[in-house]
Amino acid sequence: MKADLLVIGGGLHGLSVALQSARRGVSVILVERHFLGRHASGATAAGVRTLGRHPAELPLSLEAAATWHAMTDLVGDDCGFNACGQLQVAEDETALAKIRDRVSRLEAQGFTHERLIGSNELHSLVPDLARHCLGAAWTVDDGSADPHRTIGAFRDAAIAAGVQIVEKCLVTGLVRHSTHWLAQTSKGVIEAGLIVNAGGAWADQVAALAGDPVHQAIRTSMMVVTERTSARVKPVVSSLGQKLSFKQTAQGTLVIGGGSQGKLAPDRQSASVDMVALAASVGAAVRLFPAVEGIRIVRTWAGMEAMTPDHLPVIGFSHRVDGLIHAFGFSGHGFQLVPSVGRAVADLVCQGSTNLDLSAFDVTRIAIERAAA
Amino acid sequence: MIHDVVVIGAGPAGMSAAVQLRKLGASVLVVDEQPAPGGQIWRGIERNASGPIAVALGPDYQKGRALTAAFRASGAEYSPSTQVWQIEDEWTLFLTSEGKARRVRARAVLLSNGAQERPVPFPGWTLPGVMTVGAAQILLKSGGMLPQGNVWIAGAGPLPLLYATQVLGLKGQISGFLDTSRGLNLAALAKLPAAWRDLPSLAKGLKWQRELRRNGRMIRGVSDLRAEGNGRLQQLEWTAGGVRRKAKADVLLVHEGVVPRIHETLALGCDHDWNPAQKYFAARSNRWGETSRPGLFVAGDASGIGGWTAATVSGEIAALGLAGHLGIKVDTEALRRENQLDGRRSRALALRPFLDALYTPPTTSIADDVVVCRCEEVTAGTIRKVARTSTSDPNAIKAATRCGMGPCQGRQCGYTVQAILAEVHNLPVGDVSFFNIRPPLKPITLGEIASLGELEDAE
Ligand SMILES: Cc1cc2nc3c(=O)[nH]c(=O)nc-3n(C[C@H](O)[C@H](O)[C@H](O)COP(=O)(O)OP(=O)(O)OC[C@H]3O[C@@H](n4cnc5c(N)ncnc54)[C@H](O)[C@@H]3O)c2cc1C
Repeated sequence: MKADLLVIGGGLHGLSVALQSARRGVSVILVERHFLGRHASGATAAGVRTLGRHPAELPLSLEAAATWHAMTDLVGDDCGFNACGQLQVAEDETALAKIRDRVSRLEAQGFTHERLIGSNELHSLVPDLARHCLGAAWTVDDGSADPHRTIGAFRDAAIAAGVQIVEKCLVTGLVRHSTHWLAQTSKGVIEAGLIVNAGGAWADQVAALAGDPVHQAIRTSMMVVTERTSARVKPVVSSLGQKLSFKQTAQGTLVIGGGSQGKLAPDRQSASVDMVALAASVGAAVRLFPAVEGIRIVRTWAGMEAMTPDHLPVIGFSHRVDGLIHAFGFSGHGFQLVPSVGRAVADLVCQGSTNLDLSAFDVTRIAIERAAA
Repeated sequence: MIHDVVVIGAGPAGMSAAVQLRKLGASVLVVDEQPAPGGQIWRGIERNASGPIAVALGPDYQKGRALTAAFRASGAEYSPSTQVWQIEDEWTLFLTSEGKARRVRARAVLLSNGAQERPVPFPGWTLPGVMTVGAAQILLKSGGMLPQGNVWIAGAGPLPLLYATQVLGLKGQISGFLDTSRGLNLAALAKLPAAWRDLPSLAKGLKWQRELRRNGRMIRGVSDLRAEGNGRLQQLEWTAGGVRRKAKADVLLVHEGVVPRIHETLALGCDHDWNPAQKYFAARSNRWGETSRPGLFVAGDASGIGGWTAATVSGEIAALGLAGHLGIKVDTEALRRENQLDGRRSRALALRPFLDALYTPPTTSIADDVVVCRCEEVTAGTIRKVARTSTSDPNAIKAATRCGMGPCQGRQCGYTVQAILAEVHNLPVGDVSFFNIRPPLKPITLGEIASLGELEDAE
């Protein structure tokens, strides 16, 4: 098998890069060792959130936000995106002061996507919210999407654009020749001029195979989904300083997450639920929405994703090996960024540079010295 | 406090393991969903001690009394009406009784939680009025309830025959029995010699059938069953002897055999093996019942369908294995020999190959319009369509269709999805895996999980 570009990792970031590169005439093979969306992209809460983003991520995030509102133009489906808004509530005065600070700092820089709202507006937006909440940051254009529909839409669009997708295909070796890579995989050798490392929780292994070793941690964020209920919570709700995100899906189920961490298996290949740790998120949900206490949980899980020390992704060329571009380390908030990161990385693939400033995402931040040969 | 062993399930396997473990000096906590000991076969044994129900339930049922009494006297701690909804490493178990969640710790765990009926979707199986024979038998054992109106039984296996005889014994009515088994065929007869070693069971099976033929209607070679009705079951259709037939029905009880409960061992990442004759997965275990995860044991039907006698013996064997794991100073090999555990177990299993050949699980392909996942209302047609463009991994189907995402966590649809994937990808069924299983193992409320935050380890 042979292509201009080999994308390693069939999560949403791999699919988005593959799609947007193929649309510009590049021949693309995408390999995924399990099935598309098996890891972070399928486990995700799928929050589409500009709220509370690190300033360095804002250009990517605001571009992505615009695309989410016109997702059908990109992939032929709205991906279940619901612009229901996101709220970050303050449960006490300290939290409220922090939110107020952040919103005014953003305004000073000319960003208007976050707005501070008081108790009255908050409770009229979410009538079932506990009365102790004092105010919130409100991003009216944010929302959430359906992760599996998103994966399906990106997959179909990528296939239509000519991407060759190979599932159950593990990359086990990468050798750089003068003009191209030879990738050893469980389904044979693949030759490609360029490689994009979109390996998610295992991106460090891909980087090591390619000769650009990095150090990353693995996040194992947990999620809870309940039976369908008649509750009426429209926006996605989080609480500053609490490990909580709370929303109701189109099907009526409640989805609770917020970053409580599960247990990583010693071999770093899987993660399992830590029920006591999860109780913190669920406790926060019940505190904010006392009426949901009696609702039954259907499923919980822990997803896996690469995490960097500064929680910013790694996006851009390797400085140590030719023909390698990284796109990983989204540290628990990469779902929203899928359209814009794919666009920027496709720029790198097709023209070697992009108009966005990627310096905050440079791989050197997490590089490991190579052992002497 | 840490229990030496937490036993999950107080049926034949769990009770006999608990009794044996107590004799060896281990501290034991036995938890079970039911309000009283006995498991599926001896459900309600203590309350059904005498009277017409006790008589109708038959001699095998009565045999549970001795073991239940021994269990009560064993000194094992017993927590009835309790659900185990999460098991974490080495070993923390999360339980709920009476709406309250708690945590207990154990040095080892025995899963003796038995079997579940194999779900076999057919047109109309989700109509009110259609239920499983097992569910009907629970109503009989726990409250003496008999089905009313035009009652039909459809399926194969020993349980429908037994249940039908029990109903007739209590003067209940059965309009007809639609036998979907392939009858006595050559393959089954070839297994007979081993079966002679378990003559009493064989004779019992024949007696049930005779009684049915005398009292009701026994229709053999049934296929293409369909339940119909407006909002609830009103009529049945089936094919027998090449002819399509219809009958009025108010209740249809179905059964196509039982399969081990594997959600616990799947959730814990144990290795499993495929049983090609009976088409189910069971946790792989060594000769002491220990799974691929040290300290986690299985016994009884949960480790492979063998019936209650074999379950009792495998409980005793697992107890010895657990004693070894706990470092209790006994010669487990000697005890195994003295109590003739291996001989008793192979006698108990003698009839199995015969039953397996007689009651092979259905292999007919499921029509596109049949609902496979009743939680999320996903049809076989939808699954087939997605399967054609996905890998042969059922988790991909689950993500794409929501099949298996509902409260039953794939207990109803797992094997059907597997069969459809095998059909579409042209693979041996056993090469396709089961869904990944996520906690909780039983539905619990947000409030119960929230309360764990403030919990101290329960004594
Ligand atoms: C529980 C949870 C909740 C989240 N909530 C949100 C949210 O609300 N909002 C938000 O914006 N983001 C959220 N995120 C983050 C977001 O989901 C991720 O940032 C995003 O999905 C990452 O996509 P990816 O393609 O980089 O990774 P993945 O989807 O993990 O894909 C990487 C793929 O690479 C494959 N792979 C790795 N190594 C190899 C190899 N050697 N050969 C072949 N294949 C390989 C893996 O199998 C994997 O499928 C959440 C994440 C989690 C886990």
